[in-house]
Amino acid sequence: MEVIQNPWPWYVSGPLLGMTVPLLLLSSNKKFGVSSVFRHVGCALNWKKIEYFNYDLKNHIWNLLFIVGLIFSAVFLLQWVEVKQGVLSDAAQLYFNSRSILIEGILPISRFTWTFGKEILMISFGGLCIGFGSRYANGCTSGHAITGLSLLSLGSLIAVIGFFIGGVLGTFLILDSIL
Amino acid sequence: MKWIKFVIAGFYFGFILIKSEAISWYRIVEMFHFQSFHMFGIIGSAVGVGAISVLVIKKLNQSVFKTQPIDLTKKPFQLKAHLLGGLIFGLGWSLVGACPGPLFVHLGAGNTIILIPVLFVILGTYFYGRFKDSLPH
Repeated sequence: MEVIQNPWPWYVSGPLLGMTVPLLLLSSNKKFGVSSVFRHVGCALNWKKIEYFNYDLKNHIWNLLFIVGLIFSAVFLLQWVEVKQGVLSDAAQLYFNSRSILIEGILPISRFTWTFGKEILMISFGGLCIGFGSRYANGCTSGHAITGLSLLSLGSLIAVIGFFIGGVLGTFLILDSIL
Repeated sequence: MKWIKFVIAGFYFGFILIKSEAISWYRIVEMFHFQSFHMFGIIGSAVGVGAISVLVIKKLNQSVFKTQPIDLTKKPFQLKAHLLGGLIFGLGWSLVGACPGPLFVHLGAGNTIILIPVLFVILGTYFYGRFKDSLPH
């Protein structure tokens, strides 16, 4: 039971995560990525006046089913098994303590509540950037960092460098002053 | 039945993602502060294993899968789009503390507040589709 309930170290989970790439290539000749599903949402919502959302959704059903499986895994592991989270680094614990953020589960729900405030503004703006940026870059962490880098794609490398520069800037310039 | 494999693949991906803690908001904040090796270890080893498997598949394409080779084409190279889009995406990743895969994990975990950023992700996707042609690529 412990193996199921406890998190796995990075040197176990990282390689297993990388196995998703050959798993999908070999089983179905597909290259996986998550963010394109949001484009399919636009297609399903019939935003057909915009050419970008005008295509046959039938060819992308697999992507939606992949997301269904992904959500199932979360229901199973986080609501039913209730997987524990590992111990953060001392530096991170100090950081969260200094901002009175309780370390509980996978999200500080006491901080992100359904009340209007700067935290909500931050995650709303962040969501906007995720949607716009992932389509502009033509991929997100899964499509570029995992799949793209595995294919030794130069474009993906540039995108991933962008992810980290943007992420560090967002963290030090915005997140740190809001939390 | 041919569709069930995609649900299984998604379940596998989510299962490992959760076990790796990459879905933790705390781990993302920790990563962008360079306070732990954990996330870098996950991404680095995942890419290592992914790259080796792609190399093996490339070899198999020349021998075993000759008639029906596995498609290993890369996404089209667009310097400006990759860099600018990447920067914007990274900014969003740090502010939400989750990228698209973990967003769905949060929903499955019952963190309903994440519906807010998810709706904004859809809005951002709309904006890209709407203004795509006036952006440098």
